[in-house]
Amino acid sequence: MKKEYSEEILNEIKKRFPEVEIKIHSPRRTYIKINRERVYEFAKYLFNELNMRLSIATGIDTRDGIEILYHFSHDASGTYYNIKTLVPKDDPKIKSLADFLPAANWIEREIHELLGVDFVGHPNLIPLLTSDDWPERTYPLRRDYE
Amino acid sequence: MSELNPKSEIRNPEYRVVPIGPYHPLQEEPEFFKLIVEGEKVVDLEINLGYNHRGHEYIAQTMTFDQVPFLVERICGICSDSHPYAYCLAVEDVCGIKPPPRAQYIRTIIGELERIHSHYLWLGLAGHFIGYNTVWMWVWRYREPLLDLFELIMGNRNHYAINKIGGARRDILPEDYPKIEEYLNLIEEKTAMFTKAILDDPVIRARLEGVGILKKEDAIAYGVLGPTARGSGVAIDVRKDDPYDAYDQVDWNIVVFEEGDVLAKAKVRLLECFESIKIVRQCLRNMPEGPIETRIEEIPPGEGIGRHEAPRGEVFHYVRSDGSNMPVRHKIRAPSYMNIASNVAAVKGYSIADAALVLAAVDPCYCCTERTIVYENGKKKYDGRDLLKFSWEKTEKIRRRYNK
Repeated sequence: MKKEYSEEILNEIKKRFPEVEIKIHSPRRTYIKINRERVYEFAKYLFNELNMRLSIATGIDTRDGIEILYHFSHDASGTYYNIKTLVPKDDPKIKSLADFLPAANWIEREIHELLGVDFVGHPNLIPLLTSDDWPERTYPLRRDYE
Repeated sequence: MSELNPKSEIRNPEYRVVPIGPYHPLQEEPEFFKLIVEGEKVVDLEINLGYNHRGHEYIAQTMTFDQVPFLVERICGICSDSHPYAYCLAVEDVCGIKPPPRAQYIRTIIGELERIHSHYLWLGLAGHFIGYNTVWMWVWRYREPLLDLFELIMGNRNHYAINKIGGARRDILPEDYPKIEEYLNLIEEKTAMFTKAILDDPVIRARLEGVGILKKEDAIAYGVLGPTARGSGVAIDVRKDDPYDAYDQVDWNIVVFEEGDVLAKAKVRLLECFESIKIVRQCLRNMPEGPIETRIEEIPPGEGIGRHEAPRGEVFHYVRSDGSNMPVRHKIRAPSYMNIASNVAAVKGYSIADAALVLAAVDPCYCCTERTIVYENGKKKYDGRDLLKFSWEKTEKIRRRYNK
């Protein structure tokens, strides 16, 4: 029963955001690729209209750029919808979700300090975890960090 | 800086700062809570993290898949089963395999026993913070045999290393079942006694009821988890929403309360102990025979997500593999990461005497309260002992009112 429910949600998503690329890994784990310009709108839609909860975000330094995954959980169906987006390394900017979603506040600060992604519109983008004397513009989770 | 309002510098000269933390020699997870108070009332809270940032995510990427469980086990000493559990589920999601039934039951049993000991730990500390040291000693008295039981089953009181990718590392021997049963009987009786003693005591009720209310909409916005969410009327529990291992083969209920105050969180934890006892009993009764692990030759390239309902809420692990024998990325999210942030919403408007309790109500791996020092004009005004004293005095006042 729960599985059908998540298929309904995927159809909703496809209707509202036809450009997304959906990959179903297993019945309860779905990965959705979307352009970084649309992430804000899409996240707002997932949170406000589909009642999803932002679990966390992951930043990954890949060959093509910095990949950010926003892990949204739909608890009614027990499914994870992971929004995948790519931020180029020469212009690492993406719109912050923190203005409507306090749950995004800390993790955006964390990705900012560990991977050097700028979250535009974040109310307070100061380091969360690294110590006060950590050198600036040194991002420990980037591949070129030594 | 404040989470929602970055410009909340202390503009009002009447405001004072009460720092709580950051270091405490006994507890892990040092955190720094800066309470901004006006007289007795808390008007804002700033949270600073990172005093104990150990770079686990980075270290995990330098280890092989089989070594990582031992690393992530050391993230938290109290719920040391939760992280390897979620990690193994994540890697199993990458491979698309499931452990054999007996391993699933073993992991479920250990997960639930751990929930009991963690909830007992919280209950004892909460008792200590409101000046009921009897509750503290009493509850921990019965937490102790559980740790002995862990030692009996797995050889360690903590860091049991029971989880392994594709199964469990140790079997629970049939001759140990009666000892587990015996402990469950004891703990069932004692939990009933604590529940009655705590809920019937008018003073404890007065201290916990209506204090530190986290509204349902705040709970959703902050994405809080576990008992913190369930105490605010958000009925989420990974064990029900996305059942793994043996959780869909046993009968149990989610405990939810609507009020959002500290009492509701305490009730959730107390009643959850009964549900855990129920789960462990059923698992022992229906324990399947067979092997305890699925051999995995290779971890294929791909990504996987593992989630486990730890005592404090959902633990989340994301693992990406490129086909080598090390993860390329391992993201870890502990429940306290979300729960502690919600303190900003829960603590505002309450008194300093309640602050220690409210901050503790989310059950962070407890920190720092005894190191608090209040400075006024460069002179020490209060320290951690004073804060505890405030809390105890308030209880005493209420107690006198009731005993009149």
